[in-house]
Amino acid sequence: MKIVVASGKGGTGKTTVSASLVSVWKTPVIAVDLDVEEPNLHLFLKPEITDIKPASLEIPIIDESLCNYCRACTELCQFKAISVFEPVIMTFPEMCHGCGGCFRVCPKGAIQKGTRVLGDVKWGHAGEVGFLMGQLKVGEAMSPPLMREVKKQLDKMPECGSKDIIIDAPPGVSCPAVNAVMNTDIILLVTEPTPFGLYDLKLARDAFVQMGTPMGVIINRAGVGDRKVYEYCRETELPILAEIPFDRAIAETYSRGRIIAESNLEIKQIFLTLSEKIKKLSLCEKEPCNV
Amino acid sequence: MSEILIISGKGGTGKTSLTAAFSHLARKHVLCDLDVDAPDLHLLLHPENTVVTEFYSGHEAIIDIEKCDNCGVCSDVCEFDAITHTNVLPTISPLKCEGCKVCVEFCPSDAINFPEKHCGQWYKSDTRFGPMLHAQLIPGEENSGRLVALLRQNAKAFAKEQALDLVLSDGPPGIGCPVISALTGTDLAVIVTEATPSGFHDMARVTDLCHFFKIPVGIIINKCDINQDQTNEINQYCRKNDIELIAELPHDVAVTNAMVKGMTITEFQENGFSDLVKKAWQKIEKMAGTS
Repeated sequence: MKIVVASGKGGTGKTTVSASLVSVWKTPVIAVDLDVEEPNLHLFLKPEITDIKPASLEIPIIDESLCNYCRACTELCQFKAISVFEPVIMTFPEMCHGCGGCFRVCPKGAIQKGTRVLGDVKWGHAGEVGFLMGQLKVGEAMSPPLMREVKKQLDKMPECGSKDIIIDAPPGVSCPAVNAVMNTDIILLVTEPTPFGLYDLKLARDAFVQMGTPMGVIINRAGVGDRKVYEYCRETELPILAEIPFDRAIAETYSRGRIIAESNLEIKQIFLTLSEKIKKLSLCEKEPCNV
Repeated sequence: MSEILIISGKGGTGKTSLTAAFSHLARKHVLCDLDVDAPDLHLLLHPENTVVTEFYSGHEAIIDIEKCDNCGVCSDVCEFDAITHTNVLPTISPLKCEGCKVCVEFCPSDAINFPEKHCGQWYKSDTRFGPMLHAQLIPGEENSGRLVALLRQNAKAFAKEQALDLVLSDGPPGIGCPVISALTGTDLAVIVTEATPSGFHDMARVTDLCHFFKIPVGIIINKCDINQDQTNEINQYCRKNDIELIAELPHDVAVTNAMVKGMTITEFQENGFSDLVKKAWQKIEKMAGTS
């Protein structure tokens, strides 16, 4: 089972929920951090990193001795990564999305494959828990291709088929978040009962609902704000799978880099119940069900 | 004219609540919400008299079933695994399609249309603190970086037209495409962090990003009393890297209570936390050279 922990709004507690779920998960599990721009899961799981590999994108390198300035590449490129001002042809590698169109379309074979490093993929383990993360290079704009590479590496892990997978997703509802949520079995939306939390929860539901994956809500900092998130979940039949109470002690635990489910029995019980509800939800497929 | 951008790396550190308060405190300016993916500033500013402009960016590939003879070339050339070749017809996942046009180019039957993509809307509005530019990307859409650039361009042009010399912007979380688009060429980046390991880790990455683009930086520590050791560490980091520490703000539920009322914290309460925010704003104005 592949579970993704997402949210529209940042800072609602995705990493807190991911780390705690991993810590109480009873069957073998791999924890994956797909928030490659700002990965944080390792700060809590504290894995031993055993392997690091750079991830890169194939970008064009022009052999000007072969180029006849026909402009086929620049006319195809949708990302303004190649410009021809005869007798000069220039590439802008940072704009390239790696679609490979220019290599294919060049009639002279004048474009070779170069690479642009996007960041690193890191493998490791925290005790019994498998660990995988991506980390975008500072200054690199494109996170989706690095996320795709992390997912590809996840599929290659020998234990991938037999273990459950818990993915910590990036915030938001645009391409990086959608990339993280795609092809999973359960989407957990972490929110808080505030106007910002509600607005962004609506965006997240609208963005992800088209995938047809079962979704559930986790309300963090329950007790602050107002009740509108609860009303929204009822109206849209989004099941509330867990509520984590607002408590300064929890915030302090988090601020020390500790996993909240390991700090207190009550919180641990919340996550144990949550993990059971997730397993039940995964059996409900696309029908709304009572969990 | 100066442009001040509020960012954080990590989401949910308090960017939007602080930006709204600064907008209340600032002299007449243009306010801009550059978090086009999950914008929340409007929930505190209640924009009115809105002029709506549709945002089109990029294209998407759509199979023309009349012309398609199901040869499979499109799925072979797609680098994004967006096209599934079945024995009936190929299907294109709109969520995976990057709009690179490679399938369109190589389809031997000319069976793939490539219409422009409607990605969202942007708005020019009035608020009680002056004009505001904001946007909403359609949930699940891409090209947020281009929408951010478009908003900034219009905000600056509008400020010039109105003879206003300040553009104050609320930025997106992360360090990728939309953040880079919001950051390049701005006069000052104010990074809002929190006294947690994730806050510190993400602040360091977004600070590196600012340095990469040679943007002056100031830091605000929010929830500084959650973990004094972390606050001390951030202090040391600022001293070591010669970064101005603008303010240390304690955790205060009044910020959430103000949000529920749709008000800025500085409107909601006269003193305490608000005094610290006022002092922070004075410092920011001085740093940006606009006081």
